[in-house]
Amino acid sequence: MDTLTRRRFLAASGVVGGTALAAGLTQRSWVDLVTAGLRDPRPEKARILVLVTLYGGNDALSTVVPYADPAYRSARPELAYDEQDVLPLGESLGLNPEMKGVHSLWKDERLAIIRGIGYPKPDHSHFRSMDIWQTASPERPETTGWLGRWLDTQPHDPLRAVSLGPVLPPLLAGAKGAGSAVAVGRLAVPGGQRLRPGLTALSRPQAGEPPMQAAVAATHADLFTVAGSLSDPVNAATGKDDEDDDEGAGTPTGGEGALARQLDIVARCITADAPTRVYAVSLGGFDLHAAGKASQSPLLGQLDQAMAGFLATMAKHPAGRSVVVAAYSEFGRRVAGNASNGTDHGTAGVMLVAGQPVRGGFYGEQPSLRDLDKGDLKATTDFRSAYGELLEKVLDTEPARVLAGPAAGKTLGFL
Amino acid sequence: MSGGYEAAVDRLLNPTAADAGVAATPAPTFAAVLRPKRDTGREERQKYRKIRREQRIQLVTWWVDRMVRVEHPFSEKLTLLWHNHWATSVLKSGPSSQMLGQLATLRSLGTGDFRDLARAMVRDPAMLVWLDGPQNRKGKPNENLARELMELFTLGVGHYTESDVREAARALTGWRVDRDAGTSELVERRHDAGSKTVLGKTADFDDRSLVDHLVDQPQSARFVASRLWYRLAASQDPPADVLRRLLGAYGPGRDLGALIRAILLDPAFRSGSTRHALVKQPVEYVVGTLRALRLSSGPHALTALRSLGQVPLQPPSVGGWPAGQAWLTTSSAQARLRFAQWAARTADLSALDKQPPAARIDAVARLLSVEAWTPRTRTALAAASVDPDRLLTLALVSPEYVVN
Repeated sequence: MDTLTRRRFLAASGVVGGTALAAGLTQRSWVDLVTAGLRDPRPEKARILVLVTLYGGNDALSTVVPYADPAYRSARPELAYDEQDVLPLGESLGLNPEMKGVHSLWKDERLAIIRGIGYPKPDHSHFRSMDIWQTASPERPETTGWLGRWLDTQPHDPLRAVSLGPVLPPLLAGAKGAGSAVAVGRLAVPGGQRLRPGLTALSRPQAGEPPMQAAVAATHADLFTVAGSLSDPVNAATGKDDEDDDEGAGTPTGGEGALARQLDIVARCITADAPTRVYAVSLGGFDLHAAGKASQSPLLGQLDQAMAGFLATMAKHPAGRSVVVAAYSEFGRRVAGNASNGTDHGTAGVMLVAGQPVRGGFYGEQPSLRDLDKGDLKATTDFRSAYGELLEKVLDTEPARVLAGPAAGKTLGFL
Repeated sequence: MSGGYEAAVDRLLNPTAADAGVAATPAPTFAAVLRPKRDTGREERQKYRKIRREQRIQLVTWWVDRMVRVEHPFSEKLTLLWHNHWATSVLKSGPSSQMLGQLATLRSLGTGDFRDLARAMVRDPAMLVWLDGPQNRKGKPNENLARELMELFTLGVGHYTESDVREAARALTGWRVDRDAGTSELVERRHDAGSKTVLGKTADFDDRSLVDHLVDQPQSARFVASRLWYRLAASQDPPADVLRRLLGAYGPGRDLGALIRAILLDPAFRSGSTRHALVKQPVEYVVGTLRALRLSSGPHALTALRSLGQVPLQPPSVGGWPAGQAWLTTSSAQARLRFAQWAARTADLSALDKQPPAARIDAVARLLSVEAWTPRTRTALAAASVDPDRLLTLALVSPEYVVN
């Protein structure tokens, strides 16, 4: 911007706030996106991944409870669950009492519990650790998400990966394109026919345009595509307006509320035969440094009802046989409770994978409560091996095209 | 306007005249709401939550209204910037009155010595409640505030160890918040007065000496300068020569006003290197549109901010709001379009009406402070120029307006 314009801009509106450069976004690629515009319907029998991100650090030891281990009780007496409260899984482990629906998936052998999941040199920052999980790059910061890189291997289609919520998670940002974000609310192109010619003209690529401007133009084109295909199922699921958020005990660290509503939209899109292969949904509020047990129970209850309810709906529909739900969080919590009946940031967590194609059972070793790393669990399973399996068995993609590192080549066998 | 660019920047930073927009938007006062006792019935608790929710809406409505009506908007821009830096959500920071107090602190200390700002923020009642400070007591510390103080507020991730976090948490033990009075105080018996080792220095740190130690780290200066550059100027860390100039301005006195001035005057800020790379964050998009069209804020503005994913005082996390591509989604395209239609329908378009259609395209660029339209957008707007309402709607969602 030249000096004069800068000055006018400063004087007119003050200085704008910042922005991160889009993930490797280039002018040419966005033009490619818009002009390619290839769309193919989801092939028959192609599987669908529903990825549930639990923001804030879900406490693995309160999700899959090692009730029989004396070290568990002595480390966190106020937070410990008794054997008679938990839902039995075998191997002296039990599910949180709130997770009855997920427990019945276990009994049906449609739930895989991946224990001790993490990565080397764990980071205790929510933001860094969530970045690591979403980019699948523990070694160095990476601007693309793992599913964004998967999108890069496919012809562009804004419907191929859809996130529920207004803001795009890094997960779905690729170098060439990105998934779509659909708000949990009515989906339509406002202005309809009156604005359509103008918006279509605005969405055309402009040679030499700065990449961010090209990206804005592309969102208009994508909006028509997404609204055209998904507005019926989304609007059918959207009865009421968004409500003001309520107060919670956890420090928000991202993520949406109302997981069941998000999954209701996903279910309707799937049963309407949308071509989408990946849905990203989220639930926030797991950062429970204080009042942990009383606050975590309703959250796990919400996860349980949403996940089990969704899979029950899916079981009644032919497309439901292709659906795999995977839930993860950026880390587990410290083994010992803190003085506020909560837990501080920890390391290894637990990943739950459920659905008709899933081979139920435990995967990965349960981390030891005695052999700790400065009070934290040592991870036994690299999360990239779970991602690799999801890529190969759900998204029909060779893991090495998306993931680096030896763990990506190892499979756990849950699919 | 006279005196050139430098004078314009100085006027931004130090407006001389009193601001009638501030006088017209006095801060709300909130009646104290006593928290219901444990044995209170369901109805009472619902009533309490309803009052709290109404106060939150009143607070955010007021702040957006002030941003729209002030004559010198830069002060509120900086307050928003600092709110994004020390991101605190009114959903977990106690009563709205406490959040209002934090905003006043950000506004009054945001151009002074960074140390004064950091000292105030670790004792700020809303911040303490937000990051579990009152639960952080001698014996079994709660690390939430200590970690974010180093990671997000003063040093940046990777510039401290886990042991530093644990030790810093001990230094911050013992602070209690009186939510009814909106004050914080140190309770000696809850404070860990033993010696702690933080970043290689061993001392009996308390909150103040800990903050002083952190902001004295050379890394802290680099972090603060880089974050402000990132928020105000460009989408990435400043190049080495820019950083050197910014650090010179920040200096040993940690002068935020001088740092901000240096950013705005830096050759790299004024040159083309950051051209059209900044996506307007939703608050700026909505507030800027209301200001340009002389519209007042109201429920439509809040609805737009909610659907765009940026309700002030409700950041999604202590890391603040995302930036860049995260705002460019199909969902946000829909929300912008809906807001743009409302704004174009509601604004007084007589100035545009008076122009012949061909002249309206440039007139709308001036109205929205858009430097130039691309041929693509000019074509799209030309087709709509007979209808000023439609023309303005399209201009408000054009790539040239959405991106700065």
